[in-house]
Amino acid sequence: MKFAVIVFPGSNCDEDMYHAVSEVLQEEAEMVWFEEADLDEYDGVLLPGGFSYGDYLRSGAVASVSKVIAQVREFIAAGKPVLGVCNGFQVLLEMGELPGAMLRNRDLKFICREESLTVEQTDTMFTSSYEEKETISLPVAHGEGNYYCDAAVLEKLKENRQIAFTYKNNPNGSTGNIAGITNEAGNVLGMMPHPERAVEELLGNDDGLRIFESILTHWRDVHAVNN
Amino acid sequence: MCKVNIYITLKEAVLDPQGKVISQSLKDLEYDGVRDVRTGKYLQVELADRENAEQKIEDMCNRLLANPVIEDYTYTIEEVV
Repeated sequence: MKFAVIVFPGSNCDEDMYHAVSEVLQEEAEMVWFEEADLDEYDGVLLPGGFSYGDYLRSGAVASVSKVIAQVREFIAAGKPVLGVCNGFQVLLEMGELPGAMLRNRDLKFICREESLTVEQTDTMFTSSYEEKETISLPVAHGEGNYYCDAAVLEKLKENRQIAFTYKNNPNGSTGNIAGITNEAGNVLGMMPHPERAVEELLGNDDGLRIFESILTHWRDVHAVNN
Repeated sequence: MCKVNIYITLKEAVLDPQGKVISQSLKDLEYDGVRDVRTGKYLQVELADRENAEQKIEDMCNRLLANPVIEDYTYTIEEVV
């Protein structure tokens, strides 16, 4: 499986994402500068964390109308997996590929620590390697991770089973304790916690690795069927 | 040429943590009459011509300058001779 890590000006978790996929998952990965991307040759797209365009205007807003975005939309429409972490999640929200928006954290502090999460959904291509309602721990690092959506959208997210992860102890004020959601089709996951920073027991935590393993498992299943 | 003043505010239903902190700080300065503070953004956009300015500005706001999920916007247009 071949992943593209899209690099925007101001991305800073791109190397970690690349490392997680190429060194730990041991699949092909390339860091792709957002202006030069040709996504046709990839099987998965990873939108990394950081501060694209310095968070000017709103987090992810400027990146969400940048050159690579038309291709990302095509990629999503083709049903291929797209994972957006932290700023990548913010970009997906600003693109309108995921519902809702991000606000400043409830207590206005940048939060950088591990948070306990509940895996709410295991029948997705991103979470199939977890147990339903399993508690995992992943690092969060954000100032604007306060997920907002109105009551109607929250209801729809629940109905469609699009809530992938929730916080056990809501750190930032997110609506419905939401830490990560998928799109309706199930091939886009946006999440604030950083799975790519938790892929090796050597570094104290490998709870995030199973997201990448799930994507790979799904890709292999589809690939096997197609052959 | 015309100058457009755009005011972007958080929707009523959206909590504004910055506004809350500023409001509290004003109360600490003993401005007891302060009931609420809401923060927002102010942008100045210069357009080469006045023609269809409303349509252009609304398009810009909807596509980039404001996020309709959480924000409202208003604007005024000044013609500059």
